[in-house]
This record gives sequence, C-alpha cells and structure tokens, in this order.
Amino acid sequence: MDVENTVVEILADLTGNDDIKDDMDMELFESGTLDSMATVQMLLELQGQLDIEVPVSEFDREAWSTPNKIIARVKELQ
Amino acid sequence: MPNLQPYANPNYFLILGAALIPLVIGLLNGKRWHVYETLVSLLFLILIFDGDKVHQGIALIGYVLFEGALIWGYTVYRQKHNNTWLFDLAVILAIMPLVIVKFVPFLNPGSNSILGFLGISYLTFKSVGMIMETRDGSIKKFEPWLFLQFMLFFPTISSGPIDRYRRFKKDYLKVPDRDHYLDLLGKAVHNFMLGFVYKFMLGYLFGTVLLPKVAHLAMASRGGFLDISWGLVGYMYVYSMYLFFDFAGYSLFAVATSYVMGVETPINFNKPFASTNIKEFWNRWHMTLSFWFRDYIYMRLVFFLMKHKITKNKVLIANLGYLTLFLLMGFWHGLTWYYIVYGLFHAIWIILTDVWLRFKKKHKDHIISNRWTNYLAIFATFNTVCLSFLIFSGFLDRLWFH
Repeated sequence: MDVENTVVEILADLTGNDDIKDDMDMELFESGTLDSMATVQMLLELQGQLDIEVPVSEFDREAWSTPNKIIARVKELQ
Repeated sequence: MPNLQPYANPNYFLILGAALIPLVIGLLNGKRWHVYETLVSLLFLILIFDGDKVHQGIALIGYVLFEGALIWGYTVYRQKHNNTWLFDLAVILAIMPLVIVKFVPFLNPGSNSILGFLGISYLTFKSVGMIMETRDGSIKKFEPWLFLQFMLFFPTISSGPIDRYRRFKKDYLKVPDRDHYLDLLGKAVHNFMLGFVYKFMLGYLFGTVLLPKVAHLAMASRGGFLDISWGLVGYMYVYSMYLFFDFAGYSLFAVATSYVMGVETPINFNKPFASTNIKEFWNRWHMTLSFWFRDYIYMRLVFFLMKHKITKNKVLIANLGYLTLFLLMGFWHGLTWYYIVYGLFHAIWIILTDVWLRFKKKHKDHIISNRWTNYLAIFATFNTVCLSFLIFSGFLDRLWFH
C-alpha cells in the first residue's frame, strides 16, 4: 500500500472518522479530531507500518496538522 | 543602579523603550546587531538582579554555568552513545537545583535556598527540554553562545512564556523581512496597550482594590459549613480575574518585547474563559506551560507505555498520563497541600471529561448539541476553573488553618 492510503487508514482507524478521506486538509488538532493520545498512537503506527522513526521532538503540530501535511512529512522522513 | 523588576513600573518601560530603539532601526534596515542586543540583555539582567537581589544574580550565574556544563557534557556523550540511565541521570541533575529550591522552604519554613532566583522554574523547563531533544537527536551539538542567549533572553526570563531552543535559534539567527517585521511591530504595540489595560488597570482593580476587601469579608464570616460564605465566593471570582489579567498582562509585555527584538516568542493565553471543556481550557491557558507538559511529559510517557506494551488499555494509559502531568505541575508550583490538590483536581476533571467525550461520541445521535448547550458548557467550565483557582490561591489554607 502507498503512503497516502496507509496514513488515511491509520487516521480513520484512530479517530473513527471516515470523512478524513474526503477532506485531506482537515485541521486535525483544531477540530479536536486528534488528541495527544491519538497522536502518539499514530506515530507508533507510522513506525510499525511504514518503518519511519518519528521521535516526539520531531513532532511539531504545525507541520503535522492535516492529513496532507502528515503525508508530506512521512515522505520526507522515508 | 536602581533595581527594576520586569514590567513592574513606568521607569522600566521608559528604559526598555529607549534601549530597544536602536534595535528597531537596525532590524528595519535588515541588520541584527547581536553585540548591542547582548548589551541590552545584560543591562536588564543587571537591573533585575542588582541591589538587594544580588545574591539571586549570583545564583543565576551559578545555575546557568551548571546547566550549560551538564547539557554540553550530555551532548558530547550523546554523539557517541545513547544509554537510558545516563539520560535519566542528566534529567535528574538538570532539575536538581529547582528541587532543592522547592524543598528548602518545605523542610525549613520561612527560609529560602541560596540557589534560588527569580525565573529558576522557567529556566529549568528550557534546560530539560534541551536535554530531551538532544536525546531524540533533534539537537545535535552544543552551541554555548546560543545556549546563553536562549536561557538569558531577558524579556521572558522571569515568568516565560517558555520558548524552545530550536525555535528560538531560528529567529535569533535571522533578520525578519521588512514587511513581516512591521507586522510584528504592529502586534507589539497592540500587545503593550492591551497589556497595560490588563495588568495595570484590571489586574490592579481585582488584585489590589477588590481582593483585600473580599478576603476580609470571607475571614469575617467564618464559622459555617467549611467556612463557606458570600465573601469566599467573591474571593474565588475576584482572585480568578486577578490571576488572569495580571499574568496575561505580563505575558503580553513579554511577547511584545520579544517581537520588537525580532523573536516570535509563543503566546501564553488565547481567550481561556471561552473554553467549552477543560481540555480546551488547557490549550488556551498558560499555553507554553501546558504544551511543555504535554510534549515533554504526557506524550513521552504515553509513547513509552505504548511502545513497551506495559498495558493494552488505552484509557488507563491516558489517565496515567494525566495524573502524572498534573501532579508534576502541582509539585512544580510548590510543595503545599493546595498546589497538589489543585493538580489532582485538574487530573480527575480531565479524566472525567474524557469519559464524557467518549460517551458523547458513542451516543451522538441522542445528545442535544446546539448554541445553548455550548454556552452552558462555557459557563460550567468557567465556574469549575474558578473553583480550582480558589484552591490554587492558597486562601483556603488561611481560611481553614490559620
């Protein structure tokens, strides 16, 4: 599976919100869709499924605030 | 030289204004004069820590040398190895001065540790943050000059907002482009004016004019159940307003001064009393502190617990995180029963809020949610926050035990 689909699947799983697929620029933190707990789960899932290391220090909310931005960051880190 | 506490009186602002003018001219012309900047910083540090505060100044110098040596040592070590125990040791050593400063008055009431100085709590956040980011490999080398500038950045030294090393460094090393800098100057002027209204008008009204009156009233009407009286209710609201306007006012000054210096120190308050629940409140109140605890304590603890599969129960993990975060925040404020109870109060409140949010998500078709329930949520959150600030104020200690 490619990065896009994997990230969307992870997000949909964690938030129980399938609308993410239709709104890739959704502000995940502002809208309360993703909280700190879900964020950590996401980082661990990314680590497990895409084999990238994201230490908490590298997690800057600004740079990870929408599905599209997350995909961009993941590709950078790969 | 006179002793001037940060943002406390007109003289401070006059000297501040005069000292910053050359910097503004420089930045408007695309130049950042680091030497002049450093002299200005030194001048204000001396003004804060001279006269009868000189012992604090010496403690500050000792503190910065100690933390600098520690972080330097850890960075050199981390370039080759990455042992968890050594990392833990570095963090423990980094918080040791603060721990001692908090314990001395607890063990020996009425006395203060010679290690203490105004701002030690805030500098400790910066040091510990640097050690954690060094461990993560995000900070790769120790830069003594930038470390000193970061730690001793005078606009925020006494009470924050708490900046982060890599963010600060980026601003400090560049000159903002002219349009952006003009925008920052506009915001700075706005912040200074709003800060004056907050700190010197509203903060003064609530803290200096009204607070002693309601305190007196509450003390005079003791005797009922838990000594509750209208005076105490008044104290709760007046103190909460004072706390907000005084601290938000200070934070506006600190952010404004940073902006003038071309450093975009993060804001500390964003309409906290408009929050619809306590989770939102902590995203809007003393933001740099709560974000520090979120990023360096909560997320790291949750990460650790989940990665090592200590338990599969996600709710339990989140709740352990909340308890740790807010208890630590309580202890950080000081070793008194009311700070600890304040921490516990918020931990339990946020745990219950999560229970409610999960319930709401599951039954969202059956729960009314409209403009009015929103107002009700804001009202309930505001009042509960004020109750927590009454605990925080320490007034109950006076009321019940003295």
